Amino acid sequence: MELTGAQILLESLKQEGVKHIFGFPGGAVIDIYDELPKSSIQHFLVRHEQGAVHAADGYARSTGKVGGCLVTSGPGATNTVTGIATAYMDSIPVVIFTGQVPTALIGNDAFQEVDIVGITRPCTKHNYLIKDVRELAHSIKEAFYIASTGRPGPVLVDLPKDVMQARTEFEYPKTISLRSYNPNYTPNRKQVKKAANLLAKAERPLIYSGGGVISSEAGEILTRLARRFSLPVTSTMMGLGAFPGNDPLWLGMLGMHGTYAANMAVNNADVLLSVGARFDDRVTGKVNTFAPRAKIIHIDIDPTSIRKNVNVHIPIVSDCLNALKTLDEEMGEINAVQWEEKHSQWVKTVKGWCQEQPLRYETGQSGKVKPQYVMEKIYELTKGEAIITTEVGQNQMWAAQFYKYHKPRTWISSGGLGTMGYGFPAAIGAQVANPGKLVIDVAGDGSIQMNIQEMATAVCYNLPVKIIILNNSYLGMVRQWQELFYNKNYCAPCLDTAPDFVKLAEAYGAEGYLVEKTEDVVPVLNKVFASPRTCIVDIRVEPEENVYPMVPAGASLTEMLLV
Amino acid sequence: MRHVLSVLVENEPGVLSRVAGLFSGRGFNIDTLNVGPTLEKGVSLMTISTHGDEQIIEQIIKQLRKLITVIKVVDLSDTKAGEREMVLIKVHASENSRAEILRIVDIFRCKVVDVSTDELTLEVTGDQGKINAIVNMLQRFGIKEFARTGTVAMKRSMQF
Ligand SMILES: Cc1ncc(C[n+]2csc(CCOP(=O)(O)OP(=O)(O)O)c2C)c(N)n1
Ligand SMILES: [Mg+2]
Repeated sequence: MELTGAQILLESLKQEGVKHIFGFPGGAVIDIYDELPKSSIQHFLVRHEQGAVHAADGYARSTGKVGGCLVTSGPGATNTVTGIATAYMDSIPVVIFTGQVPTALIGNDAFQEVDIVGITRPCTKHNYLIKDVRELAHSIKEAFYIASTGRPGPVLVDLPKDVMQARTEFEYPKTISLRSYNPNYTPNRKQVKKAANLLAKAERPLIYSGGGVISSEAGEILTRLARRFSLPVTSTMMGLGAFPGNDPLWLGMLGMHGTYAANMAVNNADVLLSVGARFDDRVTGKVNTFAPRAKIIHIDIDPTSIRKNVNVHIPIVSDCLNALKTLDEEMGEINAVQWEEKHSQWVKTVKGWCQEQPLRYETGQSGKVKPQYVMEKIYELTKGEAIITTEVGQNQMWAAQFYKYHKPRTWISSGGLGTMGYGFPAAIGAQVANPGKLVIDVAGDGSIQMNIQEMATAVCYNLPVKIIILNNSYLGMVRQWQELFYNKNYCAPCLDTAPDFVKLAEAYGAEGYLVEKTEDVVPVLNKVFASPRTCIVDIRVEPEENVYPMVPAGASLTEMLLV
Repeated sequence: MRHVLSVLVENEPGVLSRVAGLFSGRGFNIDTLNVGPTLEKGVSLMTISTHGDEQIIEQIIKQLRKLITVIKVVDLSDTKAGEREMVLIKVHASENSRAEILRIVDIFRCKVVDVSTDELTLEVTGDQGKINAIVNMLQRFGIKEFARTGTVAMKRSMQF
């Protein structure tokens, strides 16, 4: 039977198992919206296209499935760019469908025409402009395949209006093979053997894990490996949740706002097992003093990650899951070593660092609520079972430090791009994908205003997302840098004309709460966590609280500023 | 170090832009770039000459391979490769200098492809060294126009 392009699109999405998409209509995609009610796919109308991509991204991060979104041409398409770049930097599988002017008008500066394929070339894994309806089904299949395999990432498909109206016979391809794209999932055994031998000889081994462990579902095997061979674990911010945050071998996150123990361990380790992490500058600090005593094993599915920033001794190009499984096997082959005993001195040393300089904060004289306290209470009340999304800034760092993530995909935060305004729409996506779960956006008073319009989306679809604003009346992270490195020249970070967030919540039909006293934190949190509605909690926290430890930009990891 | 990369790509709209964007976006250098169709329909060959230290060249090759539309990347500096470039040079040729220019043409085994009363247009083919040499030789007569194709290269059949 012949179908129109619009019908083919929706039918293909169904074939890909897509149940929900986030979108916003316009002239170029009206043919698709015309068909949408007849399809089984549930559409969530956002209030800004950036929100649609972040929501699809939060959906993907919380489930591992591909997130989908649909927007119109021109401004609809350009509004997605920040969302796409956010997903690209963190390797998140999202497919973005953009409307385009009819093929005959492309290149003519037609109304709402923009070269979105050109604009997003550097921030997508791949993208397509569909010029012929006969290519449509195949390209959609490719888009989903590319987005979700290898190192995942966003793929954009640009759909001219006439292609959506044209008809052709529909058949969805069952399989796909691309001669120019064959990600390597299985490790070279020889390399893994070498790695196992190196690890077995190590006296001060350390695992440094990253987002790749989450995306390849390797958390469980990582945990098994670490416990079996008594290897202390640190991770990047992207890797939080892969290894249980309450395990004795857990040292906390490393890097700029990493724990003292994690950064000291990196500095002293003799073998560093890096899995699914990419030696980002926020992690390494001054790169030539990073892990100065260590031989480095680097497992990554993306060959470009290897030897990009640091030299490694044993590179292993592979999916983290397969590589760790093989490593576990190979380590098991090594003759009866009492691993716990062998590493006991080292484990004692790193635990010593944990005790010497734990994450902590001064319980101040001012009587103001401490933001770290709020995170500790959120952890206690949720027993670490919530999905936490974050905005960007100090709020994000406190959320990373003072809540213990037990499971993969419960920590959702913009790492690579650091996108303010990410957390709330991402929480919406996570809530759509996990209807029964408690989803909390830990927000700053600045960031939350960047996508606050999505309140209407959350309320409209009865999504009981909880926004906890750690309100310091500042662009706090900017202020912290100005305080520490720019002689307190507080130019621009002050947010003293913030809206009344309680009234704002109410104006959108949600619940709003103001918390000014420490003793009110727990009762109010209890109340909102039990509420079936969208809630904003505006918590007035210590305005000039800083995030510690802090490694100044460009300094070595051991040059930490402590509380 | 200078490297010549042979890059086989799917010939689809935007492929040049993907490759060029990769170089500009990541701060890699392109010294010459040449693209043309191959014998296989839908496949083009790009020859890119670039320079950088070993780690940069490794990144360039890996990043190129990562592009979905790139089928194959070969670093021809790894092998004994034959390398050629063609240049058209329009040189000022007065009555007095003409004979000498023609002698140079002879020595370098290039061709005269156009003549007028005061100009000669030469076609030169060779590797970089030869082209630089002839340019040096001709500069004093006055080079009026200059167009070069960029390097193309091929692995030699006999490797030793
Ligand atoms: C879209 C965007 N613009 C600017 C920045 C730079 N930036 C990083 S943190 C920050 C301050 C965020 O303020 P707020 O949301 O109140 O969080 P706080 O640090 O106070 O917790 C800014 C402006 C950014 N990360 N993203
Ligand atoms: Mg703030």
